[in-house]
Amino acid sequence: MTLTASILHWLAAVLLAPLLVGVINRTKAFFGGRRGQPFLQVYHDLFKLMGKGAVYSQTATWIFRFGPMLGLAVVLTALAIVPAGGLRALFVFPGDFVFLAYTLGLMRFFTVLAALDTGSAFEGMGASREMQFALLAEPVLFAGLAVLAAGSGQLSLSGIYNQLWSAGMRPEGAPVLLVALTLLMVLLAENARIPVDDPATHLELTMIHEVMVLDHCGVDLAFIQYGAALKLWLFAALVTGLAIPLRTGQPMVDLVVTIAGIFITAVVVGIVESTMARLRLVRVPQMLVASLALSLAAFFWILR
Amino acid sequence: MAPSSDWVMIGNNEAIGLKAIAAVSFERFRQAVIEAVAGEARLSALPVWSPGDSGGLRVIAVLSLPQRGELGLLSAALPDRWPSLTPHCPAAHWFEREIAEQWGLTPEGHPWLKPIRFQPCRRHPDGGSRSACAGLTDFFAMAGQESHEVAVGPVHAGIIEPGHFRFLCHGETVYHLEISLGYQHRGIERAMTGGPVPRSVHYMETLAGDTTIGHVTAYSHLLEALAGATVPARGKAIRAIAAELERIANHVGDLGALAGDVGFLPTRDYCGRIRGDVLNMTAAVCGNRFGRGLIRPGRVQWDLDGGLTEDLLARLDAVEKDVTGAVPLMLDTPSVLARLEGTGVVSSETARDIGMVGVAARASGLECHVCAEFPYGIYRLAQLPVNTWTGGDCAARTYVRWFEVQASIDFLRHQLLELPAGPVDRKLSPMAPESLAVSLVEGWRGEICHVAATDRESRFAFYKVVDPSFHNWFGLALALRGQQISDFPLCNKSFSLSYCGHDL
Repeated sequence: MTLTASILHWLAAVLLAPLLVGVINRTKAFFGGRRGQPFLQVYHDLFKLMGKGAVYSQTATWIFRFGPMLGLAVVLTALAIVPAGGLRALFVFPGDFVFLAYTLGLMRFFTVLAALDTGSAFEGMGASREMQFALLAEPVLFAGLAVLAAGSGQLSLSGIYNQLWSAGMRPEGAPVLLVALTLLMVLLAENARIPVDDPATHLELTMIHEVMVLDHCGVDLAFIQYGAALKLWLFAALVTGLAIPLRTGQPMVDLVVTIAGIFITAVVVGIVESTMARLRLVRVPQMLVASLALSLAAFFWILR
Repeated sequence: MAPSSDWVMIGNNEAIGLKAIAAVSFERFRQAVIEAVAGEARLSALPVWSPGDSGGLRVIAVLSLPQRGELGLLSAALPDRWPSLTPHCPAAHWFEREIAEQWGLTPEGHPWLKPIRFQPCRRHPDGGSRSACAGLTDFFAMAGQESHEVAVGPVHAGIIEPGHFRFLCHGETVYHLEISLGYQHRGIERAMTGGPVPRSVHYMETLAGDTTIGHVTAYSHLLEALAGATVPARGKAIRAIAAELERIANHVGDLGALAGDVGFLPTRDYCGRIRGDVLNMTAAVCGNRFGRGLIRPGRVQWDLDGGLTEDLLARLDAVEKDVTGAVPLMLDTPSVLARLEGTGVVSSETARDIGMVGVAARASGLECHVCAEFPYGIYRLAQLPVNTWTGGDCAARTYVRWFEVQASIDFLRHQLLELPAGPVDRKLSPMAPESLAVSLVEGWRGEICHVAATDRESRFAFYKVVDPSFHNWFGLALALRGQQISDFPLCNKSFSLSYCGHDL
């Protein structure tokens, strides 16, 4: 039963992740007084892109084509070690959260290489920004996971998440919620959302993530966009598992609650995007450093 | 400042015989312009034309003297090479580049002499050796291991006009931005020479598509001045109503776009819709959202009947309600102000020196507004307040737009309620021969200046258009110095300049 639920979570992510983007878009449309695009628009876009050919620069190397494929493969793998609430993930092993952080790092590494491969000034700028912010976002992710690992004495993500919100839980509630908050900030930064990046802009000079994929098209672009949706799901699952204090012990009920929580996270992201402007780029590191400070505060809290 | 006695003074929309304009030696002309612009005068236009009889070129300086409410004119024969005015009068730099390009002449000592529109030389229409390919020219360069250049355009993402931007950067910091335009050059001024012909008014309407009313009003004033007539009060009021609708629509659209550029979505979405509502008000008057076909020399083609006035008032109330919901929402949001404040600063000294006009100049604290300084039409009777702000940053330009929207709504309501009765047209007599007239209009971007002179047969000997963008593009370049390159789209939108209005 638990294994079925674990498989179902992975399948739900694979199937529903684009819908998550649709939910964010509709939330933003609601705040703007618009009806907004259909929930399934992202699926239509992906299917359209899958049917298109691609144009490759004569000067681009194999890295340019390899980047999107690897990115998608990596994020699909990473999803298999992310637990849904208290449910075990598909794969569990000690230290798997380090594996998670660095599979995502690998994805970014190849996205950046593919961007640099084009030789475009825009993409170089985007790559530079992406790496600068990743440098600050990664410690936040690690510090947050370290809080949970140290508090629970567990070394796997599934072990950690299984302990949360159970009777006599370690770590206790407040630091966990603090970590959930910092992970939400990492989610915004890693998934190119406002206030860090604006996924809707067409202005190359202001973009971070989008500008790195300007030269990709067709199936490559579909892989990138689908990969981005999966990555959003991944972070939303991590946040939801921390923030929703419900562990029924019924795998199927937990699964449904988690998926509902993931969509609520998407609505929260949409609300954040609708109620504040983007930060000036030079302010983004300050936001990430602030979330690192919050993680460290949570860390000292559990050590006291 | 008292301009030297050489200057001939005329009012806005006034014609004067060409022979009455004092012609002095070029050296005296140069000194007079430099002295006047160092005082309170603004250089509004610097047209050059070839009168034909002597074969030489003449240059006329058109100065606006806001404290006197008059325009100063001075003329001189233009030599092939002359000591540039620009080092002493930075406001002349774009004008001198224009003259050098159009006539194949050389202002010696001009700090950065290169084409602005890449148009063929008028004296050697074959082009000579000069490159006519837009964008192929020298650019500033910055040396150093970590410095880099970013070239943007002329093809942009989104639906905007073509222009080439070259950023000299060190990391994310911009040291200098060079703007190269000319991709939209259509030769309007040349097509106007020998006119007016029935097509002329359409050139004016599409000269800068978003400023249709502004440019056609200036053109109509010019023709009316040369014919010695004005339209009746009701016609003037309808022109002003159209002008204010244009101002509101564009300002609201820009406020929404500013919100979009900082990623503040609600205001972006609402303002985009409200702009459409205002454009539809213009369409209710004349059937075209940009006011094409409304204004003609000597008349307006569409009168406002009683029912329409009430309809417009009701729509105006709805617009006012919506816009006072959408815009303050943005201006009360700290994260938006954090983006706008301190971004893209142009000091008032710089704005004054380089001759900026309009919204951007008022945001830098300059009190320049044609409606107040050189009032024309119904603005002679009904006043439009001049809103300025200090700081010269994106926030200041945003505030000035917002205040002008509110002022225009009040003005519009007053005009609609107090619309004068009577006819809206007047029969125009033929234009006076060998005369010159200047028409200044406050378009929504700023001062629009049209200058034209007639020949012996009462045809245009030349027709000069100066769009506010012509004065302000260099201001945008200066605003970017020391800024983050990621803030460029925001600064660009806060200026909201016209490419085709500049390129003509």
